[in-house]
This record gives sequence, C-alpha cells and structure tokens, in this order.
Amino acid sequence: MTAVIEPTGEVRESEELGVRLQHTLHRHPTLGPASVLVASIIVFSLINHRFLNPTNLSLLIQQVAVLATLAIGQTMIILTAGIDLSVGAAAILAQMVMAQTAANNGVPGPLALLLGIAVGALTGFTNGFLVTRIKLPPFIVTLGTLSIFTAIGLLYSNGASVYAAAMPKILIWTGNYVNIGPYQLTTGVILMLALFAVTSFALTRTSWGRHVYATGDDAEAARLSGIKTNRVLLSVYVAAGVIFGLAAWILIGRVGVASTNNLTNANLDSITAVVIGGTSLFGGRGAVLGTLFGALIVQVFQSGISLAGVQSLYQVLAEGILVIVAVALDQWIRKVRR
Amino acid sequence: MSTEAEASGVKAGSPGGHVMSGTPTLEARGLVKTFGHVVGLAGVSLKLYPGEVLAIIGDNGAGKSTLIKCLSGALTPDEGEILMDGAKVEFKSPVDARHAGIETVFQTLAVAPALDIASNLYLGREIRDKGPLGKIFRMLDTRGMRAAAKERLQDLGIATIQDMTQKVETLSGGQRQAVAVARAAAFGSKVIILDEPTAALGVRESGQVLALVKRLRGSGLPVILISHNMPQVFEVADRIHIQRLGRAAGVITPHSHTMEEAVAIMTGATTLDGAAEDSTAASGGGGGGGDGSAGADRTGSTGTDSGTAS
Repeated sequence: MTAVIEPTGEVRESEELGVRLQHTLHRHPTLGPASVLVASIIVFSLINHRFLNPTNLSLLIQQVAVLATLAIGQTMIILTAGIDLSVGAAAILAQMVMAQTAANNGVPGPLALLLGIAVGALTGFTNGFLVTRIKLPPFIVTLGTLSIFTAIGLLYSNGASVYAAAMPKILIWTGNYVNIGPYQLTTGVILMLALFAVTSFALTRTSWGRHVYATGDDAEAARLSGIKTNRVLLSVYVAAGVIFGLAAWILIGRVGVASTNNLTNANLDSITAVVIGGTSLFGGRGAVLGTLFGALIVQVFQSGISLAGVQSLYQVLAEGILVIVAVALDQWIRKVRR
Repeated sequence: MSTEAEASGVKAGSPGGHVMSGTPTLEARGLVKTFGHVVGLAGVSLKLYPGEVLAIIGDNGAGKSTLIKCLSGALTPDEGEILMDGAKVEFKSPVDARHAGIETVFQTLAVAPALDIASNLYLGREIRDKGPLGKIFRMLDTRGMRAAAKERLQDLGIATIQDMTQKVETLSGGQRQAVAVARAAAFGSKVIILDEPTAALGVRESGQVLALVKRLRGSGLPVILISHNMPQVFEVADRIHIQRLGRAAGVITPHSHTMEEAVAIMTGATTLDGAAEDSTAASGGGGGGGDGSAGADRTGSTGTDSGTAS
C-alpha cells in the first residue's frame, strides 16, 4: 500500500495565508503598491536620513507631477484593456500649441491654454476614433499616432523652443510655489493631485466609471448588458487626451520651457507607473490611486538610489525588476477562484 | 412506407393541459438571418404565451442561438417581424429589447467578472444617489444598490450568496448563473430568455436553476429556455419548439411526445406532421408547400438510411 503523505500543519497554514493574501490583494488592488511605497520609503530613509528631508520630499513630488498626470490618462485607457504609446507625443504637441500660439501668434494666455487642451482632446479623439470605428488594436493605433503626433509637433514648432519669459503668466502658473509647512509644492502638483481625486471619483462612484471597468473586463458582456461600449471607449480616449493637455500645462510650469525635447521617455514611463500601481494590462482591474503610488515608487527609487550614492543605472535596473514583479503579481492575483 | 407510419405515429403537438389563449406575449413571424453564405435562420416563427415555459431545442447549428439573439436584440433579423402583445416591435440593440421588457441570460452570462455582485446586477442601469451628489456629480447610490441586490437574490431563493461586494469571478459556476438569472428576473417585466442556463452546472446547481425557472413561471412571467438537456427540458417546459437546420421543425409538448421522439425530430430522423404549422402561417401557402417538400426530401433520405440499417 502507498502511504498518503499528509501535509503538515505548517505547510497548510502557510498555504492558507497565501490564499488569504491573494484574496485581500484581489479585493484591494492598491494595497500592493501602497505597501511597496511605504517599505521603500522606510528602507531609503534608513540608508540615508536625508531622504525624509522636507526639501527632498518636496522635490520628489514636484518631479513626479508630469509623469503622474500622464499616467492618469494611461490608467483610464489600460482599464479598458487598451494601451496608449502616444501619451508623451500628445502632451508635447499640446504643449507646443499652447506656447507657440501665446508667444508667437499673440493669442491671449487663457485662450492659448484652452487651445492646447483642445489639441490634447483631439489627439485622444483620433486614437479613440481609430480604435472604435476602424476597429484597430490600440497598440497599433497609438504606435502610429506616436510618430504622427511627434512629427506634427516638430513640423508645427520647427523644433524651436519657447522660453518662459516669452509666455503669458497663466502658462507658467503651474510652476508657482505653494508652501505647506516645511514642504514646498507647486500649483502643478496640486493640480495633479486634484486630477487624481476627480478621476478616482469618476471611475469608482459614477455609472460611467462602472462602464469603463465593465468594458475593459469583458467588452462583449458589457455590450450585452446594454452598455454602449464604443461610446465609453471614445469618451475614455478623449478624457485621457484632455488630461494629457493638462499634463502639458504642468510640464511648462515645471521646466520653464516648451520644447520638443521634453518627455522623451514619458510614453513608456507612464505605462511603467500604471503597471507598478497594480492596474492590470488585461483591463478591468486597478485604480488611478494605485497609479499615483506607482509613479511615486519610481520616483522614490530614483531619489533614494541617488542619495544612497549608488550609480543611477541601478535605478533603471530596479524599475525593470519592479515592472516584472508587478505583472507577475497581477497574474497571480487574477488566478483567484472561489 | 415505414416513414409515413412513423410520421403519423408522431402526432402534432396539442397543448397538454396548458391553456394557451389570447395574444402571445412574444411572437416571431418568419425570421430570416444570414451571415454571408451561412443561413442562420430560414424563416422561423414562434409564439410565447403568458405564464408558460417554452423550451427551444435543436442540434448544434440549428439556429437556436441566432433565434434568441434576434428576440433579445443582440442581432437584427434580415426579414420577418417580432411582435409583443400583438404590436410590432423592432430591436436595434439589447437595450431596446430590455426596454420592451425582455431580459436575456446569454450562455456567456454577460457578467463582468471583476465587478462585484451588486454592480453586475445593476450593470447598465445603475441607480444614482438621490441627493445633490447624485444630481450634480452623478454619484451612484452604491449602498442602496447593494441592499436592493441582496433583496432581489433573497426573493429568488438564492440564499448561498450573502456578500454583495464579492467579485463575480470569485463565485462558483452555479452562483454566477444565479446572479445572471437574478439580474434577468429582477428586471424582466415581460419575457425572460435563458440560453443554456445549466450547461456548465452540476446536478444540484442545475436543480436550483430549474426551480428558479418554475418560480418565474409561477409568478406569471413567460420563459424561453434553450437547452441541450432533454430530461431538464421535459421537466420544466410546457411546450417545446424544435429547431432544425435553421427552420422550425415543429412544436411539441412533454405530454404529446417522448424524449426519443423529440430527439428524432431534432436530428431529422422523423418529421412532425404540421411541423410547418407556424412557418406556413407566416410565409403563406406557397412557401409552406415548398418547406414541406424540402422536409419530405430530407426525411426520404434519412428514411432510406434507417431502412438499410434495419
């Protein structure tokens, strides 16, 4: 007879703990990135106590503002099981329109700002139209529009930069400092945080948000449930485009110059932030709040590693590992059954 | 000929005990739907009376799913018309059919796995908060929907699901089915269509779904049930509509025919006198005659087959 080997109590217990952890993470997708963020802040502050210095933390959040804003739009698109490779190019185009129309064409500041945001919305509409009407995969559409938006941005601006001095005050308003205790934020940072609050509300507390999740989760099921999935998708791309336009505004305030050389890595970095933030690339799962944590994690690593006196390439290495771990974690969490 | 003897032995369906009177709640007349060269429906008619369970059976490719997709607005028929309570209706989308009071549980269930039970029950018809938050910011009444969802599930006798914030993907197959059926039952005011509701379920879970179907009928709601499972069909159905090769092969009742006879009609081994009953009514004498002869040809060939076999 064969002896049946019973799992020991310890093994069973640890297995159970794993399942429970899996279920908890499944229910609260932002818990993972939140714990990673807290842990990394603790570790880096232990390595170098200057990490928790208000000046360092203030700088950290200022540096993350543009990317985090772009990542909001990216999150919304990834929630629909799409992807946007053109976020940086769209923001640059919006930025060049804002700066150029104001500085060179004499358009009043507020109008120039609105024009830039409208251009952002138009880039989103273009992507959304191609995805919903021509039925092309978002990856291909945005790979194409990445080149198209970049080229239009360069052609429009002739590659010339516009400096803060030549721009109306409203365009560089996002660079104004706001002091909260020892922390020095910018209006751009506050705008970014406000955008997180607004999109988080829209995605979790409104019908539209439910429909975005349902469409990304299972588009056919959503359609059969009576959701106009194409309209939802188009609205997501346009809303993301508006957010990219606002990111362009924050960018001008942050760097003080509108240039086509800005944001060269933003297309992929925004995806990194979303994925580390626990949003599933397969759609229907995740939250913008996680993306805020994801973007902060990347920045914390960058700042922490440089403060630790380690070569900055290790930061790139760490980011790569984080992305893979995050996606592996997502796969594991998605396996939750009964 | 043996074929004729068989055919006459198989009597046309008479409403066994069940009273079918008045206007059908839902009626289809001569529905045609083609997909390129593939004919999904070649002129199918169907009547659903108040308070009955009408089963639709048929082999794979017989047009069952196409038929219910037309009735539920997921597909638009190329020809033919759909009537509700005697009035012509046109469904351009599942939303149209829903507004008319037809709720469908598709085989794929059409639930969003990553959303919780309450969100799924109200998917596509969410309730907004009554206060200013709902009016100005369009905020949802999440708590209200959860409470109402729980009530609906309890009304339907689904006691195994308690936590409305549970994500649907964490539920068992039977529980998921229950959520989908509950959604249909909760909102279907005129007709409920169930496409293979027990296909993925175990014996106990199937029993629960069938009990649910009976409860729905008890409440006066007519139900269309698509199934492969003959014992289940014969257990709950009042009438059985048999689809074959995109056409209605006939309508029988569990009292007028046995399961074997039903399967024989379904596979074309026998035909049903008056099989063209519905289709002749719709397409007129000439068309009906054509249908009849086509059916006879087919029976002839199968008849010979069975002849050689015996």
